[in-house]
Amino acid sequence: MEYSRKELLPGIFLTHLRSDKFKTACISLNLLTQLSRGTASMNALIPYVLRRGTTRYGDMEALSRRMDELYGTAIEPVVRRIGEIQCIGFYGSVPEDGYLPQGEKLLPQAIALMAEMLLAPNTRGGLLLPAYVDSEKEKLLERLRSRINDKRSYSLSRCIEEMCCFEDFAVSRLGSEDEAESINYKKLSRHYRSLLQSCPVELFYCGKAPFKKVCAAFKDALSAMPRGEIDYELGTDIRMNAIEDKPRYVEEQLDVGQGKLVMGFRLGECMEEPDIAAIHVFNAVYGSGSTSKLFMNVREKLSLCYYASSIAYIHKGLLLVASGIEFDKFEAAQDEILAQLEAVKKGEITEEEFTAAKRCVASDLRSLTDSQGELEGFYLSQTLDGLDYGPMELAELVEDVTKEDIVSIARSVECDMIYFLRGPEAEEASQEDMEDGQA
Amino acid sequence: MDRREYTNIGEVLYSSVLPNGLRLNVVPKAGFSTRYAVFATNYGGAHRRFSLDGKTVDTPAGVAHFLEHKMFDLPNGDNALNILSANGADPNAFTSSGVTCYYFSCTEGFEENLRMLLHFVSTPYFTAETVAKEQGIIAQEIRMGEDSPDSRVYYNLMEQLYSCHPIRDRVAGTVESIAQISHETLYNCHRAFYAPSNMALCVEGDVDPAAIERIALEVLGTDCAPVPRADFGAPESPLPAISVRRETMEVSSPLFLIGSKLDTEKSGEAAMRQRLVSRLALRMLCGASSPFYSRLYAQGILNRNFDYDTDFSAGTGTLIIGGESPEPEKVLRELEQEVEQVRLHGLDEGAFLRAKRATLGSTLRALEDFENVCVSLAVGLFDGYCALDGMAVLESISRRECEDFIIRALSSQKLALSIIEGKGA
Repeated sequence: MEYSRKELLPGIFLTHLRSDKFKTACISLNLLTQLSRGTASMNALIPYVLRRGTTRYGDMEALSRRMDELYGTAIEPVVRRIGEIQCIGFYGSVPEDGYLPQGEKLLPQAIALMAEMLLAPNTRGGLLLPAYVDSEKEKLLERLRSRINDKRSYSLSRCIEEMCCFEDFAVSRLGSEDEAESINYKKLSRHYRSLLQSCPVELFYCGKAPFKKVCAAFKDALSAMPRGEIDYELGTDIRMNAIEDKPRYVEEQLDVGQGKLVMGFRLGECMEEPDIAAIHVFNAVYGSGSTSKLFMNVREKLSLCYYASSIAYIHKGLLLVASGIEFDKFEAAQDEILAQLEAVKKGEITEEEFTAAKRCVASDLRSLTDSQGELEGFYLSQTLDGLDYGPMELAELVEDVTKEDIVSIARSVECDMIYFLRGPEAEEASQEDMEDGQA
Repeated sequence: MDRREYTNIGEVLYSSVLPNGLRLNVVPKAGFSTRYAVFATNYGGAHRRFSLDGKTVDTPAGVAHFLEHKMFDLPNGDNALNILSANGADPNAFTSSGVTCYYFSCTEGFEENLRMLLHFVSTPYFTAETVAKEQGIIAQEIRMGEDSPDSRVYYNLMEQLYSCHPIRDRVAGTVESIAQISHETLYNCHRAFYAPSNMALCVEGDVDPAAIERIALEVLGTDCAPVPRADFGAPESPLPAISVRRETMEVSSPLFLIGSKLDTEKSGEAAMRQRLVSRLALRMLCGASSPFYSRLYAQGILNRNFDYDTDFSAGTGTLIIGGESPEPEKVLRELEQEVEQVRLHGLDEGAFLRAKRATLGSTLRALEDFENVCVSLAVGLFDGYCALDGMAVLESISRRECEDFIIRALSSQKLALSIIEGKGA
């Protein structure tokens, strides 16, 4: 895969990966903006409103029909939070011409359509249509409310909210219900115009088309973008230590049959000059995969939970351990999760655990090169960190990680928040009675 | 091995049937790091009653899934999941109503991992003790499923549609049903359904087809056991047992599924054609660019969590349309009207051609996913067709076939509606 990168227009950058192995090409367009409480919902709403219609394809039906005509080209809104940077825009998948009836040239048409969605929405008097804004706002509110439906991800985001209550990272990628409620079409139109002017833009392409052609198509499609002073001052504030001496504790009750224990950690001092490869390996040794200590001990050996795994948010320097447990296993599971971290700190890592973790991380990185969607996410994240190496290079770095690297990362990790989602208070019933009741 | 080129989609397929009856498909892919293999048995949650040694055996709900969990235990005390993971592979398994699949992907050591996959799936080892321990773990998984509104809305619908077919039961079973499972049950089910003659092996990646064939023969031997027949019970009426069912749970906005039972083509190209026709027809009726979806979306009746699909397994065919909506009954009424329009006026030719184009693109996209390709190939091998023929068959589908499908499958008396409402509603 050949990597190229270029600033096409002021503050508009293209990352280009040439590859012959896929049947579809991938294109994406992201506006980068600082994640914050006042604007997250507006930002998240914009690509969805833009997906409702353009000047040429006035409503969603017309726009979707156009995509059908382009052989099922799919251009859909994407809203991401990478560290404390919110990335909003579109992700598109375009069939490669070689698999279509002769003479089709889809890519420039698909890029033009994506740019039209960004720059030429269906407006009246220069303002986004109130009907589209209101309807998408309602749907955004639904999505915000519906996060409670999936208790596993709900408990994760609740833990982050509580843990980072003094930081912008507490803001979800979609913002909050309160903020979303306050949006109206005039306010959103103004915000949309200002984003176009000031946001750095990241474009991504992966497919068969050569660099020059892709540059030309994007440049052509985006040349009319109104640009002002670009805001390059974007970044993520990393807190090194826990907020209090002892981990804070938050408990919540919902009508569930299985408890969710989420423990939030700060990665700590190792984030001063983060060794990304080593953090990945540490995470794999401790809790991220099926060879990890959490999986092998907390789940398999002690049967304390249905699942227990760790997730590293490297841009923000956080590590979360999530588990699904019986309500009465709370103490035991928590103790064991901490005990396993303690073991890593003490260097109690077998050769098998260490090799398996490295293999697993390296293999994940190498196989990432077989998926355009994952490549897109990887390179966007790299770009935000100012890095330009690819997954294969990172996999090489993984091979050089030592046990000492991992121990030193583990020693810098500190527990900051314990979140427990439990079921309703049983009416004086013991756990056994409850199980009988459900049976 | 047979070699067949699919120039329209740029793939080559190697296939063979081994002396032991195993059906093998290999799609070599140069330039990819990932290698993927699935070892599948034509046995799932719905295969509850079958004959073994001339006797009818009845098994409790959840055995196929339970067996899947226990297959990873090896007689020497090792666990195949751990061995494969330690070797850098990413192994897993799933059980549906119709099939059980064991698979891994890896970037290195493919042949070694493949040997392990074939070895552990063909090596039953269960004890009373390990079965008892697993009962606790699976009970947790069952509870988690019961807490999941998506799973509840689905199984409620299946119970509405099917009055007795075992496809109506949860694949994982219930806490009580799995309590009846013993290690003898597992041995019986393994003996009945895990012979190579009832299985398929599908591989994609930068691999050597001949080497895979050789390894499969080495590990699995040449014995060819008779293929068991499952008994799914009396035929179902074409109508649902219960039309509307509601339940309340902790959800923010109501979830709903609309479903109907389909007459099924048993196997071969007719079966594949039916799958393709049903999806193409549903795309036109309620896909992203359909007037139905756009209208209800703009009215706030539907949102982006809306989807449609058909599922053909264990001799059944089920159509499912659903998502979230504040007014599920209204979605059903509007859908019925849409079907009536098709009955009166047919489908628009322009929309039909567009839908075909769009399906071409989404088929190409689906081909990028090794897991999807290999599992589709395996299911196709069990149902007597080759999943890679899809694109060519698609070409030949007529508008009339899609109209007929819509009118037959979605007539209003055949539809059932399952709703999960929020507690505050």
